[in-house]
Amino acid sequence: MTRLRKIVSNQIFIPVAALLLLALFNLIADPSFYKITLDTNSAGNPVLSGYLITILDSGAELAILAIGMTLVTAASGGQDISVGAAIAISGSVMLRLLCGPDANSQTLLMPIACAFLIAMVVSMLFGAFNGILVAVFQIQPMIATLILYTAGRSIAAWINQNQLPVVVDPTFAYFGGYIPGCAVPTPFIIAVICMIIIGLVLKFTNLGLYTQCVGINERSSRLNGLNPTFIKILAFVIMGICVSVAALIKVSRISSINYSVIAQNIEMDAILAVALGGNVLSGGKFNVWGSVIGAYVIQFLTTTLFKFNVSSVALPAYKAVVVTLLVVASAPAVREKLSELSKRLKSKRSAKEVA
Amino acid sequence: MEHDVVLEMRHIDKSFPGVKALQNVDFTLRKGEIHALMGENGAGKSTLIKVLTGVYSKDEGDILLEGKAVAIRSPQDAQNLGIATVYQEITLCPNLSVAENMYIGRTRGASVNWKKMNAQADKILENLDIPATGKMQLGSCSLAVQQMIAIAWAVDMDRKVLILDEPTSSLDEQEVAKLFRLMRELKERGVGIVFVTHFFDQVYEASDRITVLRDGQLVGEYLIQDLPRVQLVSKMLGKELDDQADLRGEQPRYLPEEGAAPVIEAHQLQSDAGIYPFNFYINKGEVNGFTSLLGSGRSECVRAIFGADRVIGGTVKKNGKEIKIKKPLDAMKNGIAYLSEERKADGIIGDLSVRDNIILASQVLRGFMKPYSKAEANKLADEYIELLQVKTASRDTPIKSLSGGNQQKVIVARWLLMHPEYLILDEPTRGIDVGTKQEIQKLALQLASEGMSVTFISSETDEMLHTCSRLVVMRDRKMVGELTGEELTQNKIMSTIAGDAAV
Amino acid sequence: MKKLLALLLSLVMVLSLAACGGSTDTATDDTADDAIVSDTEEADDTEEADTTEEADTTEEADTTEEADTTEDTSSSGELISVAIINNDPNESGYRTANDKDLQAMFNEENGYDAIFYYSLKNDEQIAYAQQAVQAGVDYLLLSAADVSGWDSVLKDAQNNGIQVILFDRTIDADESLYVASIVSDMAQEGETAVSWLESQGLEEYNIIHIQGVMGSAAQVGRTGALDSKVESEDSWNLVVQQTADWNAETAQQIVQSVIDSGESFNVIYAENDDMAKGAVAALDKAGISHGVGGDVIVMGFDCNAWALEELLAGNWNYDGQCNPFQAAYIDEIIKTLESGGTIEEKSIIMEEQGFDATTITQEDVDNYGI
Repeated sequence: MTRLRKIVSNQIFIPVAALLLLALFNLIADPSFYKITLDTNSAGNPVLSGYLITILDSGAELAILAIGMTLVTAASGGQDISVGAAIAISGSVMLRLLCGPDANSQTLLMPIACAFLIAMVVSMLFGAFNGILVAVFQIQPMIATLILYTAGRSIAAWINQNQLPVVVDPTFAYFGGYIPGCAVPTPFIIAVICMIIIGLVLKFTNLGLYTQCVGINERSSRLNGLNPTFIKILAFVIMGICVSVAALIKVSRISSINYSVIAQNIEMDAILAVALGGNVLSGGKFNVWGSVIGAYVIQFLTTTLFKFNVSSVALPAYKAVVVTLLVVASAPAVREKLSELSKRLKSKRSAKEVA
Repeated sequence: MEHDVVLEMRHIDKSFPGVKALQNVDFTLRKGEIHALMGENGAGKSTLIKVLTGVYSKDEGDILLEGKAVAIRSPQDAQNLGIATVYQEITLCPNLSVAENMYIGRTRGASVNWKKMNAQADKILENLDIPATGKMQLGSCSLAVQQMIAIAWAVDMDRKVLILDEPTSSLDEQEVAKLFRLMRELKERGVGIVFVTHFFDQVYEASDRITVLRDGQLVGEYLIQDLPRVQLVSKMLGKELDDQADLRGEQPRYLPEEGAAPVIEAHQLQSDAGIYPFNFYINKGEVNGFTSLLGSGRSECVRAIFGADRVIGGTVKKNGKEIKIKKPLDAMKNGIAYLSEERKADGIIGDLSVRDNIILASQVLRGFMKPYSKAEANKLADEYIELLQVKTASRDTPIKSLSGGNQQKVIVARWLLMHPEYLILDEPTRGIDVGTKQEIQKLALQLASEGMSVTFISSETDEMLHTCSRLVVMRDRKMVGELTGEELTQNKIMSTIAGDAAV
Repeated sequence: MKKLLALLLSLVMVLSLAACGGSTDTATDDTADDAIVSDTEEADDTEEADTTEEADTTEEADTTEEADTTEDTSSSGELISVAIINNDPNESGYRTANDKDLQAMFNEENGYDAIFYYSLKNDEQIAYAQQAVQAGVDYLLLSAADVSGWDSVLKDAQNNGIQVILFDRTIDADESLYVASIVSDMAQEGETAVSWLESQGLEEYNIIHIQGVMGSAAQVGRTGALDSKVESEDSWNLVVQQTADWNAETAQQIVQSVIDSGESFNVIYAENDDMAKGAVAALDKAGISHGVGGDVIVMGFDCNAWALEELLAGNWNYDGQCNPFQAAYIDEIIKTLESGGTIEEKSIIMEEQGFDATTITQEDVDNYGI
């Protein structure tokens, strides 16, 4: 009994339960949902396919962004809503470097790794910009990032002079597709690498402890020798790194970019992932894995809805219903009521036994 | 039961995960009495109060108000039933004006007559001799004044029951006297007052009756004249109390080398917190203290030494060599530790575990890239939980769910783990139980005997006299004197603070 | 106080950044056809431009996003003022080409004082139109995001003597409210595409239909033709019909979902090139062959240059043209009106064709690619 309560009160119980419920629903509705096959793709490589693979694949960007968003939330007690626009910028920088000023180069103008690293630096700078607004000028994170949210896509359009560059070189598509000889979709591999890195960073540095301290009590943190300003900026810079990785996957998926629609509204999904992961949006304690699972819950839901041919116009509405249920279920007030209810039921039962 | 009983609590049970906070506790409050609720921190006083005010829901038991059973499910219910509360930690909104704070949740209808409200607030404040006006922003008032406003907020309403949970912990003596005057006035009007405090003097000065709790259970209810202090203390602790007077004498003293430079020496130090430049020194193995009325700059002095406020002038020397302290981390690197005055705002990291709170300062000193392993952290935490006798369900319990005294012990542990050469304890005993107070005083003396330099600051002059061998006296943000040896008497301190050369 | 200052600073930053983004639109290259440029000499002959109105518009221009028109207005007494309300040029390659074409035509060199407004949202566009009417421009050129909601603002325009010319997209409003509409016949584009598809002579048509933003003229036109065909023919089935909002990523997910379900399909009918590209990305991932000689026929619209390249390479099968070069037509109408002429035919349909991968040539790519 106590073990059960321990599991239920665990932070990641809700997202995991949601994931299992969705999985169960699909199992009942159509077991073929879980069929995974090994096919050969048009480039002649063996690849895994099936809904589950699609979920792992398509959810990669969101999972990566959820990591950054979790840190930003924890440190600053607010959210970064400029993520989608920042992806547009980062992706544009990459394509501008690869395709040249006329956006029509038939060969890659520099190694992909180079372009990616430069884009990453640009993203980190924009992250630092957000971070400075938040940490130094004490602007509410949502307001501060509203600036980039508003201006980001215009900046992205300007970088490529409103042209739509298309990368012809097939190696560029590896990052959003498959690396020859590897049957697992690359986005998922990249996401796993990101998770491993953040896992290692959290284990072998004090990032987690410092971020939580600053998020919970800035004044105490300062008196304990921490530099809250720096730590907040750091969180936004890490968000920038996550953005650039997500941007690489996004532009690689279709080897092109459409500034106005790429990664549209992804910031909201990322914030949602953090919330579903049981993290408090006002900052402080966090659990990165909860957020990552939250991200995959969202993708699982999206894929399920696509599978059942729910019109994508209606998709947000369905999402809203499920999300409302999840968020309500994980609200502290509701959880307290539930545990009280179970306690009362138990005491009633024991009372009966006595009688 | 007697007809003048206003409030009865019967067989109250309340448990939290892993802790039975209250077991079968009874409490009776009569009309027009001041009833002290006593017990160590963690004895269940705060829980009982919170059950009464609807913050917690009780598991078992009944609450009767003027003989009728009532259900109190929320603080709002409690208010509506005429139960007013002033909490230990100030729960007003610092960014609203004083008048707004006083009338929060009390305006009827949608419109508010600001002018009238301000005028009324001014009148109440004036009657109570509180140095504030309705239009002032609450945050700009001193802590003591804020507390008085919180009390004014509660007494202003027509109440049957008034609960004062540690109302005096941030007040100086004059302010306490004002408060007592007020409490007696209310008592005459038939209000039943529940008074929770750690100050024995105040209990005996103000109360009619005492209820003692220990470990979540009722020890007993006594008329004040039936319970001498020593007995009260022994009932609270469940054992005979050491005589405080012996504290200092028992400890072996650390003898510094002759002619050695002071461990820390400040010269014309000044911070932007509004204190005059001051000189200060402390020797190895010495316990000294700052004493003054509240808000006279004693915290600001030690904050300047620690780099907590921005230093705008002066020099600091350590063992005779000049050091630069621009921020707390610099001070920590130089072996200075600072236990801050406001535990909740400046000390604990509320949501983090006891373990993380203990290792924090030491961890920061170790560096970003060198976290303690989980095993190391657990070992250190356990060691210090054991050493300081911290009462906690486990090292993973969030510190905010500990009682005030135990939170303070955790913070002390944090700084001890850093193995500082110079430890500053700024009001370490505020708002904590008598047992822990003593433990902390003893600890300060013991550390000093081992060669650590300690600055001990407390509002209770008694404590200072027991602990410190040298006292720096401040008045109006200026150092006005230094007392040692035979000068260390209550009278001498008072006269120095008052600026009276005689006595 | 500190916070307020910081907020102000940040606001200033927002505005300046937005202005940066806006003004870059004008930096696009001048790549208009020769034919368009030759018409512009007539612009100097027009003398009807009211100077007071002129002043109003330049003032308005100052406050709106476009900075270029204000640069040397002092010497532009006889310019024709036009307000151009378009969709965001970043929306698609089609729109980028369209905007470029308009920018190249409507500038001071060609005798125009133009203000450009961009939005993908109908209500914002209507608000812009109201601004333009208040500014008292001579002509209002409009590519509406949505077909409805325009009556009142166009009536205002009419009452203020402003001539309205619709381009690219029609609206649900009385014909008397505008002088001309230069449009692609989206329904015709759909018909052309569907009849091409029919001519492929498949035994069974199992179609993944990826729609544009629901309610847009392109979506309505291109969907209509296919819908009616599917209804009338038993051998034509829709495996899935979903909107991807012109978004390649969403299209990819839709097709991926069909692939995962194991349902068979042999046609992808995507209502623009971006979505076709997204769909093909999903096919490639799953190893399903497409294009000439492949298992799946891929159809797109808009004739982006890169899409026509795909056709040329045989990766796709069909691309329907959607001609974005309306500037020359509009210019001609304005010239006619300015010289006192009248427009006989209100509805001007632009010539458009569809390209087949088996017949397309490099020349087609160069000529028709946008």
